[in-house]
Amino acid sequence: MINQLGNYSLIFGFIISAILIILTLFSIKVKKTNLEKNIFYLISTQFFFVTFSFVILIYSFIVSDFSNEVVYNHSHTTKPLFYKIAGSWGNHEGSLLLWLLVLTLFILLFYLNSKKLSGNYKTITVLFQEIIICGFYLFIILTSNPFNFLYPTPNEGLGLNPILQDPALAIHPPILYLGYVGTSIIFSSSLSALITKNVNSTWALDIKKWILTSWIFLTIGILIGSIWAYYELGWGGFWFWDPVENVSLMPWLCLTALIHTISVLEKRSILKSWTLILSISTFSLSMSGTFLVRSGILNSVHTFANDPSRGLFILVFLFILLITSITIFFVFSEKENSSINKTYLLSKETAILFNNWFMMFFLSVVFIGTIYPIFLEAITNDKISIGPPFYNKILSPFLVPFLIFMSIGPNLRWIKSKLEKIDTKQIIIFAISVVASLSIIKISNANILFTLFLIFASIYLLLTTTVDLFKKNLKLPQKVSHLAFSIFILSILLNGIFAKEISYNMKVGDEVKFLDNIIKFKSLNSSNEKNYKKLIGEFELTNKQASQFFYPEIRVYNQPNIVTSEAYIKTGIFSDNFIVINLIKDDGYFNVRYQIKPFMIWIWISVSILALGGLISFYTKKYE
Amino acid sequence: MSKKIIYSLILLLFIFSFLVLFKSLNKVNIYIPENIFEKKLTNFETKDLFSNRIVNVYDNLSNKDFTVLNIWSSWCLPCRVEHPYLMKLKKNENLNMIGLNYKDKYENAINFLNNYKNPYSLILVDLDGVISIELGAYGVPETFIINNKKKIIIKKFIGPINDDKIEEILSIIK
Repeated sequence: MINQLGNYSLIFGFIISAILIILTLFSIKVKKTNLEKNIFYLISTQFFFVTFSFVILIYSFIVSDFSNEVVYNHSHTTKPLFYKIAGSWGNHEGSLLLWLLVLTLFILLFYLNSKKLSGNYKTITVLFQEIIICGFYLFIILTSNPFNFLYPTPNEGLGLNPILQDPALAIHPPILYLGYVGTSIIFSSSLSALITKNVNSTWALDIKKWILTSWIFLTIGILIGSIWAYYELGWGGFWFWDPVENVSLMPWLCLTALIHTISVLEKRSILKSWTLILSISTFSLSMSGTFLVRSGILNSVHTFANDPSRGLFILVFLFILLITSITIFFVFSEKENSSINKTYLLSKETAILFNNWFMMFFLSVVFIGTIYPIFLEAITNDKISIGPPFYNKILSPFLVPFLIFMSIGPNLRWIKSKLEKIDTKQIIIFAISVVASLSIIKISNANILFTLFLIFASIYLLLTTTVDLFKKNLKLPQKVSHLAFSIFILSILLNGIFAKEISYNMKVGDEVKFLDNIIKFKSLNSSNEKNYKKLIGEFELTNKQASQFFYPEIRVYNQPNIVTSEAYIKTGIFSDNFIVINLIKDDGYFNVRYQIKPFMIWIWISVSILALGGLISFYTKKYE
Repeated sequence: MSKKIIYSLILLLFIFSFLVLFKSLNKVNIYIPENIFEKKLTNFETKDLFSNRIVNVYDNLSNKDFTVLNIWSSWCLPCRVEHPYLMKLKKNENLNMIGLNYKDKYENAINFLNNYKNPYSLILVDLDGVISIELGAYGVPETFIINNKKKIIIKKFIGPINDDKIEEILSIIK
């Protein structure tokens, strides 16, 4: 019964998107402008229907209505309420409904908030967004309906994958999607601005807030995903260059480039085509990511769907969008008049262009690393796997000039900047950076020239951005975000250089010596929780100063029957201590891994501040 | 380079990417390890359709290597469609055929077997459907391939058996 309601609500929403497409086309053709109210009502009603479907799905999960196929496949009566709710978007069908929810939410907010630019700007934006919405409706209704009925009703569900039963991962998809799907509005509005010849400073100012919104959510979403990977997967890392992580990183890189370019467009009215290309690519990358993840082409912990018809649908839809947008771009784009707006080498816009080149380079590397194995296998049947060494080796050399440019760029002026005399402050910063990086290399024994350059560049950036923080002529959001980024890079580097790890097979009572520490496996206790059994190991870590206790867990979930390891992490300002245990056969031995991870918390903090910088810009804009 | 040439080059690139991705979409299953589907077969006891005695499944997995456990019912139309394919499977010497009669009346089930033919060496009764649900079945018909020694479900097929599925079953039990 309730299933049917959800189903009808989906169909109504679909019909509305079809009506909206026809209505907007009609309104553009006859140049009627009094349809605005109708469009607004329709968009709101559509949003209501999607929300209603979503609420029904959540309700079905809460009451464990196993006549719903999705609930049956992904839930279980013994699951805690919180994970029942989170389970509604933790699966293929539910997550697509979430896609739809974000798509409709953003067009509604856009319609309410955006300025009226000339021509049919708003109407055409609605048209493009509704085409995307319509496509997703079709996809959901035809291939992945979350309201499929199951008869006879099973009396128990199959359960949610336990590694997904985690608070961080429960909120990860909604936040990530707000950013990931939010890019759709940038796509729709830039195509619309292109057609209505509105690509100018006013449009840039208008679309900037949407770029920032998407960027903030995407940043936080990726952050939460990384934190989850850090403590739940138990490998001690936070970024694995897994294809599914990469598909969220690619739109992020593109968006970051766009944030910088859009201010050039806003201030100087140049780089129009480039801004449009970035806007189109950002959403195209989101769509390609959805295709890669949802089609099951990738082999990863994240992918669930493996029905080829689903993949085919998104693939066709993706290429329709790609070809349409690129055709519109070539038909409508105008040649930029470069003589009026001359650009000089030493100016802010050139610095931003440099930033963009680097971003595009990073993006291409990640893109090739993700796509190439798929292409290679399809064409030649060879299987290769591209792992962290590929990305680290190719990306890190280019970080050095990137970081240097990042410390110089913000201090340049728009249009033309003069070479200033080097003052004492800069000499001091340079000197401190050299000394600090040399001493870090000395301590770490990682006597590599290249690491030295990298550390030098990041310390230099850190010091410059710290000094910049007190300058009055720079904008606060930018100062904050750049400082955060420098802390981020430095923490990653130090983390990579100073991380230490030991892995040992132990049974209760064993002792292991590691550096100055003695690790003792003291005892093993078991207890029962609501939907799992747990084994808790007690470890004592003694060194000269004090002793610490660690309680890593092994959980045996009942539905589905899966064993997971819960790491025990002691977080400190300077480093994290990390113990994780794994079952080996039945002979009483456990694989124990102890890791020291320096500056872990600074990675999380810096990314949070990075996002905060974006948030601040919403408040500073008013009195700028 | 003129705009048109760039445009056509991009289009060509798109078409090429589309074709490659389309191709890899269809070989997607290579990536998924088969043992993902492996699940222990939980033992259950129920009545034998003909003798009405209580039997348990583990005892009836026989000395052959694999068992085909087929959930069927006389009222289920797709079960009639798949019937000839089950008869084909019966000829295979590696296979032990067990039927699980789902929510059915005794007379109807016997009629069904008399009208068509009996493909099973043993038929178990699942009067209220609980056994099927606990096996993880969605409905009827459904077919489980079981490794007799390890007592695990290697693969399950939802819906009626057809030529493709028979081929897959035969490749599994090789």
